[in-house]
Amino acid sequence: MSNQAIGNSKPARHVPRTRPIDRNEVYVYEAPIRLWHWINALAILTLAVTGYLIASPLPSLGGEASDHYLMGYIRFAHFAAAYIMIIGFVFRIYWAIVGNIHARQIFLPPIHKAKWWAGIIYSVRWYLFLVKEPRKYVGHNPLATFGMHFGFIWLTVFLIVTGLALYGEGAGYDSWQYTFFSSWVIPLFGQSQDVHTYHHLAMWGMVIFVIVHVYAAVREEIMSRQSMMSSMFSGWRNFKDDLPMDKDH
Amino acid sequence: MMESFYDVMRRQGISRRSFLKFCSLTAASLGLGPSFAPTIANAMENKPRLPVLWLHGLECTCCSESFIRSAHPLVKDVVLSMLSLDYDDTIMASAGHQAEAIVTEIVEKYKGNYILAVEGNPPLNEDGMFCIIGGKPFVEQLRYAASNAKAIISWGSCASWGCVQAARPNPTRATPVHQVITDKPIIKVPGCPPIAEVMTAVVSYILTFERFPELDRQGRPKMFYSQRIHDKCYRRPHFDAGQFVETWDDEGARKGYCLYKMGCKGPTTYNACSTVRWNGGLSFPIQSGHGCIGCSEDGFWDKGGFYDRLTNIHQFGIEENADKIGMAAAGVVGAAAVAHAAVSAIKRARDNGDKQS
Ligand code: HEM
Ligand code: HEM
Ligand code: SF4
Repeated sequence: MSNQAIGNSKPARHVPRTRPIDRNEVYVYEAPIRLWHWINALAILTLAVTGYLIASPLPSLGGEASDHYLMGYIRFAHFAAAYIMIIGFVFRIYWAIVGNIHARQIFLPPIHKAKWWAGIIYSVRWYLFLVKEPRKYVGHNPLATFGMHFGFIWLTVFLIVTGLALYGEGAGYDSWQYTFFSSWVIPLFGQSQDVHTYHHLAMWGMVIFVIVHVYAAVREEIMSRQSMMSSMFSGWRNFKDDLPMDKDH
Repeated sequence: MMESFYDVMRRQGISRRSFLKFCSLTAASLGLGPSFAPTIANAMENKPRLPVLWLHGLECTCCSESFIRSAHPLVKDVVLSMLSLDYDDTIMASAGHQAEAIVTEIVEKYKGNYILAVEGNPPLNEDGMFCIIGGKPFVEQLRYAASNAKAIISWGSCASWGCVQAARPNPTRATPVHQVITDKPIIKVPGCPPIAEVMTAVVSYILTFERFPELDRQGRPKMFYSQRIHDKCYRRPHFDAGQFVETWDDEGARKGYCLYKMGCKGPTTYNACSTVRWNGGLSFPIQSGHGCIGCSEDGFWDKGGFYDRLTNIHQFGIEENADKIGMAAAGVVGAAAVAHAAVSAIKRARDNGDKQS
């Protein structure tokens, strides 16, 4: 990798290079996490496209109603992808419990640690070009953890809860979706129309998360001190230098 | 002893045969099995009639107008005689002090044993001065009449949610009944107006069984408000097919396609219009070619245009819908990412240059 050379071409660090380094490659993302990540990404892509088309349908088709089932298929795709996303999310929570330490990271940001908040500020300064070098992390950097937790986990929960509430309306009073979701979510928002509006708005929140996330992943792959995109395929994090880890996350 | 419903009906010249017919009809309209018809008959023959006070606050009387147009003439006559509407500003014979005295009489004489039906709602600003009944603010009459009531029926969207007089910015602070009277069981029968058959069925149920039918969390009778217009709309196959009216009077409109793109609120509105319909089951808004405006939903005046599918979000100051806000935000973030990428690239090139020199 060409940027390997850049990382190594900075001998002027204060940390002595002779310090023993036991690893230059760490197994971070276990196979189930990687599988979940890509399935989830595909499900969300499907959900955003079909969701948009539910709210603003394609131009009208002609003929008899029995000739087509376009809206039906679009809604079916939305619901099918929704269940994949929900089951995936439940599995992801399970894996956070049984998986390795990195699997827990985005669920439990160390908000009680001042050092972590300082790490966020440091990361923000790195993105604002105010510091010359990013810190080195095995898992996510503190800013990424923050974004993943508040911008992804909670947004996902919101989309699932409002989505199931909307689903319960069609499924009817005796469905579990109605009993556990529609029954309290709809009065909470006022009425069904508001739940649609906020579910829709949350979609745009997710679109923004994905834009930032994909950009950051690509950029970090090139500019940070560890591998990014390749890690989400192979599971291994490669480091571009042998300097010690910044552990506060 | 107070006379029973049956006595009242006989007095009105209704035959026993018609009475039994009415009982089966009521059972059917309430979604009860035929075996319930004798139960209803029995209750009506033996139970003393429940007096009903029907108050009017800020409203347009469309609920009363709907009620007296109930499809089946027998239902209407019977229910009206059952109620005998001991007090109802719009259709009672007495007037003035004599009329107001009836309220006092019922409240005192039938303590805990009369039904209070409320059409419209009380405005609370300026001590309720925006709605005066018999020289006093309506909110006082409401509180007084509710004090001894067995239960309250909130007729229409005004009493249930607030409706047009409570629309933003609600200058008189018109307030739905359940937010003013908090210590009585309340059944909401929303709609602007509610469907006549729904009103008579609810009244019949309460008067015969002396309890409310099963209610949902928001206090509406499940038998009429458990499904959306969209769930039973006869244009639904066109929705599923993806066949929409795009503009008024286009080919789709002539063919009776789905009105979703014309802002139909059927998918978010709980009511029985698409099953019970209006004017004796003749038609309902969607059948006549116009989308549902969602009149039985909370705050339906404040949800943006009746002709827009995506509705407004007020929290953003200027009225915008989810797509406009979301796309603008995504655009800004996208542009920021591009700009950030450009700066990153320049910086990297410069750093590399520094290193080589
Ligand atoms: C990333 C996740 C999701 C996105 C981006 C998304 C997006 C959307 C959008 C934009 C709409 C149209 C809202 C409107 O009427 O204005 C919608 C509708 C809907 N979504 Fe989702 N959604 C997601 C997840 C879910 C989930 C998890 C469920 C759960 C089953 C769900 C169920 C529904 C339902 C039932 C509707 C209403 C369909 C209709 O009115 O016919 N969604 N979604
Ligand atoms: C809908 C789209 C996507 C969503 C919702 C999403 C979500 C996530 C989440 C929640 C994580 C954290 C994983 C964990 O710690 O358990 C993550 C990591 C990651 N994602 Fe995505 N992702 C999406 C699309 C993509 C795409 C298209 C790429 C590739 C360009 C990508 C690359 C990565 C990488 C490289 C990581 C690891 C980041 C790191 O090591 O800090 N993601 N993603
Ligand atoms: S006309 Fe309205 S209620 Fe009927 S199917 Fe279309 S959107 Fe639903």
